[in-house]
Amino acid sequence: MLAAENLTVTRGGQVVVDDFTVALAPGRITAIVGPNGAGKSSLLLALAGLLEPAGGAVTLDGAALAALTPRARAQAIGYLPQSPDIAWDVSVESLVALGRLPWRDRGTAEVEAALAALDLETLRGRPVSQLSGGERARVLLARVLAGTPRWILADEPLAALDLAHQFGLIAHLTACAQGGQGVVVVLHNLALAMNHAHRVLVLDSGRLVADGLPAQALAPEVIAKVWGVRARWLGEAGARALELGE
Amino acid sequence: MNRASLIFAALLVVLFPLSLLAGRVWIDPFASNGPANAALILAELRAPRAVLAVVIGAGLGAAGAAMQGYLRNPLADPGLFGIAPMAALGAVASFWLGARWALPLAALAGAGLGMAFLALIAGRTSSDAGGGAGAGIALFTLAGLMLASLAGALTALAITLAPSPFALSEIVLWLNGALTDRSWREVTIAAPLVAAGIAVLAVAARSLDALTLGETAARSLGVDPARLLVLLIIGIGLTVGAGVAVAGIIGFVGLVVPHLVRPLTDRLPSHLILPSALAGACLVLAADTIVRILPLVTELRLGIALALIGAPFFGWLLVRMRRGRL
Repeated sequence: MLAAENLTVTRGGQVVVDDFTVALAPGRITAIVGPNGAGKSSLLLALAGLLEPAGGAVTLDGAALAALTPRARAQAIGYLPQSPDIAWDVSVESLVALGRLPWRDRGTAEVEAALAALDLETLRGRPVSQLSGGERARVLLARVLAGTPRWILADEPLAALDLAHQFGLIAHLTACAQGGQGVVVVLHNLALAMNHAHRVLVLDSGRLVADGLPAQALAPEVIAKVWGVRARWLGEAGARALELGE
Repeated sequence: MNRASLIFAALLVVLFPLSLLAGRVWIDPFASNGPANAALILAELRAPRAVLAVVIGAGLGAAGAAMQGYLRNPLADPGLFGIAPMAALGAVASFWLGARWALPLAALAGAGLGMAFLALIAGRTSSDAGGGAGAGIALFTLAGLMLASLAGALTALAITLAPSPFALSEIVLWLNGALTDRSWREVTIAAPLVAAGIAVLAVAARSLDALTLGETAARSLGVDPARLLVLLIIGIGLTVGAGVAVAGIIGFVGLVVPHLVRPLTDRLPSHLILPSALAGACLVLAADTIVRILPLVTELRLGIALALIGAPFFGWLLVRMRRGRL
């Protein structure tokens, strides 16, 4: 269980996450949504133990995350930043193998499994500069998977991906959740959150304003209140689309 | 040992004996009646000089690879930490005070002072809210540049106020860096410090790999930024400080060498440190051999020769970078 209790995070003197309490279960996809500047990325960083809270605490299976060594924390929680800049033109295999750093081993079997899970075996020797956006996103997720973390925390992993790659990547995250890993993902696309998440947390100005099943947390009245947009859901469960306007 | 290490180790095995034989007086290893005192020239002049070139080059090469990995920038140079100018300042102080005998010690003291200052800055930047994510490396680099500027200004002041023309000439000559007339004494000072520095950088190597994805991702992989920075300060301080203490300022090696090595590796910083040490050794050894055999009235200073090679190379790097090939 990954939990936050009365979590408050400040950045540059501003409160960006305010008195946030939640308990997340593994084996599920939890989507964090909210308008720009709502504090989603800061919350994710704090849940990953990468941002020191100004108040409250994050716990992992009952133990304070801050009390874990950086290595133990990294073994338990894999963090996928939003479109990271890759400094060196390394090969796909070398990049994926970076996921084994917290374990200080080569982890050949885990790296192979991650490459296979994301259909990257044929690209293993290719320099990352020669990858398409979709391939790059798969490689970055494979890097996290190679670390075999119990939790995957991803910050807008679908940003800048076309529709097909968005669905491909969300399918991989769903497979991770079905395999027992906890998945927490910041999303901008409310339809993806509605159709693929098991639970949705809606953040507005650093505060949790809705939490629950997607259909409840993303009800039209919540969207109107948080985003200031009138909208309604069309279609069947699992294949819903958002229609804007009256 | 990766492919790049094997290539540069093999090159070093070829260059080292050549360097021993080359000079104003060439030594023919197969001649039965070579120059008088050939054994003495080899044992007391050529061998310590060649070993010192290997030691200093190895330190600068490894420091350059580590620095570029840390700053995630192929144009970074170990000089950015300001340790070399601080060591030079310490050395210049020994000239100024007429204590030439204490030069290596004074230079090491200068490097140590620079390392202590950087460690203090590192403590402050890494305790920044949010772990100093993103801003830590930039702030630290600026602190290093400030240190380099301050040390440079104080060195210039010492030159301006030199107590005698003789001291002035000695300071200027020494600052240009050279291995002329170095003995086993300098080798025994520099070699253990450089070896220790390279070992420390090797410990930091995998953390540098994690920085490939940025500082936040590196922290998510279990890297402790404060520990990494301390390792780098010690590693670069020892390698660069020891080099300056015995040979003066020798620039561009740390910048150029990782670029020679990178295409032969998969470009991860950890895979660059050992081959960069070997390539740095080759480069400084080759350059020192060349300055020794050039038919000039006085021997060209090694620091000047390497800068003459390094500056155009730097320009070429900038052009390549503009074309997106780095």
